[in-house]
Amino acid sequence: MISIKDVTKTYDNGVPGIKGITLDIDQGEFVYVIGPSGAGKSTFIKMLYHQLTPTTGNIVFNNFDYSTMKPSEVPYLRREMGIVFQDFKLLPRLTIFENVAYAMQVIEKTDAEIKPRVLDVLRQVGLETKVRRFPSELSGGEQQRVAIARAIVNKPKVLIADEPTGNLDPDTSDEIMDIIEKINDQDTTIIMATHNRDVVNSRQHRVIEIAGGNIVRDEKKGAYGVED
Amino acid sequence: MKTEVIKRHISDSLKSLRRNGWMSVAAVSAVTVTLLLVGIFMAILFNGNRISQQVENDVQVRVYVDRNVNQKKKDKLRKELKDLSSVTKVTYRSKSTELNTIVSGYGSQWKMFKGDENPLNDVFIVETKSPSATMRIAKKAAKLDNVSDASYGGRTARKLFKYVDGVRNWGLGFTVLLLFLAVFLISNTIRITILSRREEIGVMRLVGATNSYIRWPFLLEGAWTGLLGSIIPMVFVDIAYKVAYNAMNISEASNGFSLYPVMPFLVWIDLLLAVIGIVIGAIGSVVSMRRFLKI
Ligand SMILES: Nc1ncnc2c1ncn2[C@@H]1O[C@H](COP(=O)(O)OP(=O)(O)OP(=O)(O)O)[C@@H](O)[C@H]1O
Ligand SMILES: [Mg+2]
Repeated sequence: MISIKDVTKTYDNGVPGIKGITLDIDQGEFVYVIGPSGAGKSTFIKMLYHQLTPTTGNIVFNNFDYSTMKPSEVPYLRREMGIVFQDFKLLPRLTIFENVAYAMQVIEKTDAEIKPRVLDVLRQVGLETKVRRFPSELSGGEQQRVAIARAIVNKPKVLIADEPTGNLDPDTSDEIMDIIEKINDQDTTIIMATHNRDVVNSRQHRVIEIAGGNIVRDEKKGAYGVED
Repeated sequence: MKTEVIKRHISDSLKSLRRNGWMSVAAVSAVTVTLLLVGIFMAILFNGNRISQQVENDVQVRVYVDRNVNQKKKDKLRKELKDLSSVTKVTYRSKSTELNTIVSGYGSQWKMFKGDENPLNDVFIVETKSPSATMRIAKKAAKLDNVSDASYGGRTARKLFKYVDGVRNWGLGFTVLLLFLAVFLISNTIRITILSRREEIGVMRLVGATNSYIRWPFLLEGAWTGLLGSIIPMVFVDIAYKVAYNAMNISEASNGFSLYPVMPFLVWIDLLLAVIGIVIGAIGSVVSMRRFLKI
């Protein structure tokens, strides 16, 4: 599904973000991307959704070949992906319902298509009773659930998450992980960069460890650290 | 595009027009001032061209006969005029016929000049083969006996055109300057919209909105600004032109030149003003988007 070949990324100021990564991810896989701060996890994630382009090497996602893709095709690539961040990135002026509906509006869905689908995903993340609230009236965990609902509302093939539990306490993180694993059960691929040792150890999936811009470990059903 | 999506863009653009408050007012005012001048210049230019064409096509020379000249001398004069080269036709209009024309054009208060009080001259209308001959014929005719004066079409009009040319050049330069100012003000307003919606645009991008989808509301906001700015100029030009037309129309009977009739002309001018407004609005928004949306 995703094929990454000899990818490097050097930032404009000469800092090497990624030094050379080759890797394949299959449809339906659940992949943790771990590593110390500054290892290059976010750089890697940003290249996946074409926020950054590799300096050398290539990424192929289903029919999208990043090296030959035109800028005008990027929106269509993004429609196959759901993206979730540590800081949620919700729009404060819109209600919960509107925040999720927005993702369908901008890809030109009609209200008749939007309403039932939005209510459905908000039910999946357990927020069906709070659709009229604004983001500031929700807890961090609830806001992250809205962000996840928005990410999956257009039925993406892959959910990409950069430290989705980074701002949350252990119990709330657990609830979020329940939701993400449920999404994975519906055959959506998950790629999740994380620092969260407990999560990685308690819900074991494929682990890709990056250090200094290189892959240092790629393990099916791995744990956070070798010492565990 | 689906009508529902179009409606969404329209309501989005109107909302941000309102949210920008005074910035929108400033941009609309700039368009208003610009289009006011554009409208006035267009009306003058189009009619100037029309009249100069009428002048160029005018083949008539009016030869005014001295007062109290007897019929025999008039017959002689008619023959002399007829014998001038490139004259095709000579018609006589007595001073009472001339007066009747004026009475029908200006009103019955001129009737008091009927009979011996008539201050006008008898006239020979001399038609020439081509407009270029009129000046020469007029000069020759003026030298003949019993002729008080000879005028050819647009002798005064031609003098006027020298001024019109000056007005046109300065006006064009000034208008172009104002157009730039209007575009600049509109682009600034749109920039503020874009800045205040930066996070929204970021989210749009993430969830796969195309650039054209993102651009539409900004483009529409610019277009509204331009369209709103064209309203006052349209109304002003409409009223001013009707007044000018009525004033010119009265003198039409005597000089033979005419402005474009009010009806189709003002529709075209109004349409042009609206289109120019929309176009500078759209240009203004494209200018600011290029910098901010990395298109
Ligand atoms: N925009 C940028 N310009 C220049 N260098 C950058 C930029 N973003 C990141 N870097 C550098 O690239 C390297 C990798 O950064 P990255 O953000 O990918 O790390 P990370 O693994 O996500 O770290 P963290 O766990 O703290 O989020 C770091 O050395 C960082 O300083
Ligand atoms: Mg990071």
